[in-house]
Amino acid sequence: MAPPERFSVLVEVQLREGVADPQGATIERALPALGLSGVTEMRAGKAFRFDIAAEDEGSALAQATVVAHRLLANPVIEESVVTVTPAVAAGSAA
Amino acid sequence: MPARVGVVMFPGTNCEHDAVLAVERLGASADLVWHGDPNVAGYDALVLPGGFAHGDYLRPGAIARFSPVMEGVGRFAAEGGPVVGICNGFQVLTEAGLLPGALQKNRGLRFLCTTVRVRVESQASVLTAGVPVGTELAIPINHFEGNYTCDRETLDLLRDEDRVVLRYVDNPNGSVDGIAGVCNGSRNVVGLMPHPERASDPLLGSVDGVVLLAALLGSAEPALHATVA
Repeated sequence: MAPPERFSVLVEVQLREGVADPQGATIERALPALGLSGVTEMRAGKAFRFDIAAEDEGSALAQATVVAHRLLANPVIEESVVTVTPAVAAGSAA
Repeated sequence: MPARVGVVMFPGTNCEHDAVLAVERLGASADLVWHGDPNVAGYDALVLPGGFAHGDYLRPGAIARFSPVMEGVGRFAAEGGPVVGICNGFQVLTEAGLLPGALQKNRGLRFLCTTVRVRVESQASVLTAGVPVGTELAIPINHFEGNYTCDRETLDLLRDEDRVVLRYVDNPNGSVDGIAGVCNGSRNVVGLMPHPERASDPLLGSVDGVVLLAALLGSAEPALHATVA
């Protein structure tokens, strides 16, 4: 069996469409003060980053999806998008 | 035998002593139950009081749902035992899936700390048994995330099954349909944002919470909840 690899996970959590987002609306209303009038559909959300050890990318995605659905997002009002990429080993980044 | 009430305490809970005192003054005995203890055997009713369980990190109640005590709360509820979640306790019960819906940030993004009027909408719950429908009560609220929401089908179900227990007279936080409290399908688990324990003595400015707590203790008679189970 191959040793587990490390994967980087990004989970983005947003309120479901149709759920009122007073925070996003408030941010949008502040923008005219910057002289910007063309910004619309502002939605506030959360992002979570973590690493996960798994046999392969599919297994990492499956585990990360459990984390997203069972803990990071409340499915009653929120939805999540999970992105998995191979982790860059420490020190190897250019 | 007085009713024995277990008041569940998470790290960050801060209304537990108020809840203990309020039910003791109505003749019950009450213990604090630490969140790490999965055993809630021997109680006739459980209260999940207000506060900031686990710092409200992630979302109110999101981490508390995994505390060992919640296994016991779930079993107790499944057996028909009366469970009431007040404020943060309501948030914990929704996150745990023991009550439907979710509590979002208040409309207007303001923390609300005031006394509101709520109307009893159903007598068929452990918190409102015997309290006439239409009774208006002055009870404090103290929350940032009290804006009750659920999908359309759930709202229709709650109305059809008479599970909206309390409504605000003047909706302070944007809750769908003015909902201040709901119960589960078996009517033995109730969550509400207002704090009845803070309206339990004339010194506190209102005694209107007493009828609700008294109804809970009435529902907590061992014989009564045995028949619900």
